[in-house]
Amino acid sequence: MALLEATNVTKTFGGLTAVNDVTLMIEKGSIASVIGPNGAGKTTFFNMLTGIYKPDKGAILFDGTSIAGMRSDRIAALGMRRTFQNIRLFNNMTVLENVLVGMHTRLHIPFWQIIASAPGVRREETKARDEARERLAYVGLDAKREELAKNLPYGDQRRLEIARALAGDPKLILLDEPTAGMNPQETDAATGLIRRLRDDLGLTVVLIEHDMRLVMSISERISVLDYGTKIAEGDAHTIRSNPRVIEAYLGKGAAGAAA
Amino acid sequence: MATMSPPTNLWEQVKATLSRGPTGYSFLGLYAAICTWLLLTNPRTSLNTDIAFALFLLLLLLIYRSQVALGFKVVLGGLMLFVVLPIFGTLNPFYIDVATQAGIFVALALGLNVVVGFAGLLDLGYVAFFAVGAYLWGIMSTEQMTLMNPAWSPVPPIMFYPFILLGLIVGATFGVLLGLPVLRLRGDYLAIVTLGFGEVIRVLANNLDRPINITNGSQGIRGIERPPLIFADFVRNTLGLNLDDQQLYQQFFYFAVLLIVMLTVVVVSRLKHSRIGRAWEAIREDETAAIAQGIPLVRTKLLAFAVGASFAGAMGVIFASKQLFINPPTFDLIRSINILAMVILGGMGSIPGVMLGAVLVTMLDLQILPRLATVLRDLQRAGAPIPAAFDPTQYQRLFFGLLLILMMIFRPTGILPDERRKEELVEDQVVDLPLDDGEVDSGEPPPPTQAPPGSGPIA
Repeated sequence: MALLEATNVTKTFGGLTAVNDVTLMIEKGSIASVIGPNGAGKTTFFNMLTGIYKPDKGAILFDGTSIAGMRSDRIAALGMRRTFQNIRLFNNMTVLENVLVGMHTRLHIPFWQIIASAPGVRREETKARDEARERLAYVGLDAKREELAKNLPYGDQRRLEIARALAGDPKLILLDEPTAGMNPQETDAATGLIRRLRDDLGLTVVLIEHDMRLVMSISERISVLDYGTKIAEGDAHTIRSNPRVIEAYLGKGAAGAAA
Repeated sequence: MATMSPPTNLWEQVKATLSRGPTGYSFLGLYAAICTWLLLTNPRTSLNTDIAFALFLLLLLLIYRSQVALGFKVVLGGLMLFVVLPIFGTLNPFYIDVATQAGIFVALALGLNVVVGFAGLLDLGYVAFFAVGAYLWGIMSTEQMTLMNPAWSPVPPIMFYPFILLGLIVGATFGVLLGLPVLRLRGDYLAIVTLGFGEVIRVLANNLDRPINITNGSQGIRGIERPPLIFADFVRNTLGLNLDDQQLYQQFFYFAVLLIVMLTVVVVSRLKHSRIGRAWEAIREDETAAIAQGIPLVRTKLLAFAVGASFAGAMGVIFASKQLFINPPTFDLIRSINILAMVILGGMGSIPGVMLGAVLVTMLDLQILPRLATVLRDLQRAGAPIPAAFDPTQYQRLFFGLLLILMMIFRPTGILPDERRKEELVEDQVVDLPLDDGEVDSGEPPPPTQAPPGSGPIA
């Protein structure tokens, strides 16, 4: 059964059609990738899924709920979390606090009880901190929990973003270029982590990624966007040999040569 | 400050010795005793007393910053604020009034800090909420009621107490009213709209004297009621203090403000360290990332506006009653800017910092700068080489401005910037925390490795 179904989704900015009539099904428990050259509309597509943009046309169903045009925070509360292409952490908060913010939708102590410092407040807070530390330990950052997010090295910031997304107990996690700017060693570590998200935690993962080695090794299904349109879909083998994909990446001549 | 790094120079050594251990206790005790003695033996308003008063405030700061036992801090600080200062106040009405004013601004600054410091929403019209609270009590407790409608009469003075609560609610309501239209705005745009809102409230206060006389216009409202002195008998007979009504009122307002400040500190710090405080901070840091975590932007921002405004509303009621008279210029833009200066000078987002900033700015306004002007004028008369055309009293605000500039150049984060709360409550529970990975990960963290623990079997 598909966890996420985007049907004929279109988004235009002025005269530019950023995403054109894209249909995409993400199976529950799968790792799927969306690839394509720069400017193909991948991030715009993610932004529609997460409610930052409202699609002009088309429907998006997430776990049976229609989420097209729904507010971002509602979608996040339904269990869809994301990371950002250009890391967006809460820089002046500690690593632990970043994860605690990610847990926001799961904390329900009302305002009045916080002010009155009711017994439940302390209980919920302690529980939240314990869980946040578990998430941090999972991505290997527990030791740095008291550091400010901005002081973390680049690779750790990427992992913290994933830990923050995990804190919301999501069903689906969208990773926007999770290994951009990483060296091969860091990329391998990240690949292992992404795989574990699915294998250990049973999460459904959707990636936007440029690192073809990573994409090909990890994804069960790959969708290729070019100029806002989906030009191909299938497993790694199908995509690798698809002439339209080669053309999109390398130009027409290359496609001919490969064929 | 809290770290135990080995003292590097003499100053650090002195500081370390005096802030903890037996020397710390005796230093604070002795200092407190000297301060008390100085204050109680110098009841006249003079330069000496000013210095003693400043030393007294420094004492409070030192008590807060030192590393002695919490109980000792509370007892000593409580003794100073609840006993020594009020007694001194019976000897000299000026200083307890300064302390009360400072307290009012501490509460205002703490409220503004919720909006500006926590949630990062620049509000230049904050004093409007203060005005709303002040006018609420000003109108309801005086002849204005009858002027509005002959069938109405002022509420009895005893209603002052529930009106503090009502001021809180009305303040919060106005906070939401301001918040609603400006939610989409950020930064500079937001600042300008809030500035406009502040002006709208002031202009309304200035002009709502016709067709129906609600605010009495630029004349302001006179004869605002003070609550009945229900505790007068207790003070005079049981405590045996022979105080006149004027002194009792001063004491009353001092304690009322002190209690509200304490309440404000408790509420604000609890919120700050809760999911709500974190949500505010997240919005301040990055709105897009915050909503991606499921934080509802509108509700969270409105809550910040409401909480911040509520303290101002409640303080407005007390302020009106204490001053007996309010008029529109009391609530002008400069007042808003002044409160903002307190927040920024003290350290945005930092509760002790903001309190210190508020006390400092109030002291500068009411005491230090006028005193400096007097001293300069005396020097001038005594023949010091200051040109006769230079009138120090005219230049008070210049010193204030210079101080702000210097502060922002040399310490832009404020006097006591916000420190991250260190993890205390979790540390001791780490040992029995079950970890899914089964990796070694107890209290003392393992050296960070590049690969996350548990990765690998498939990769």
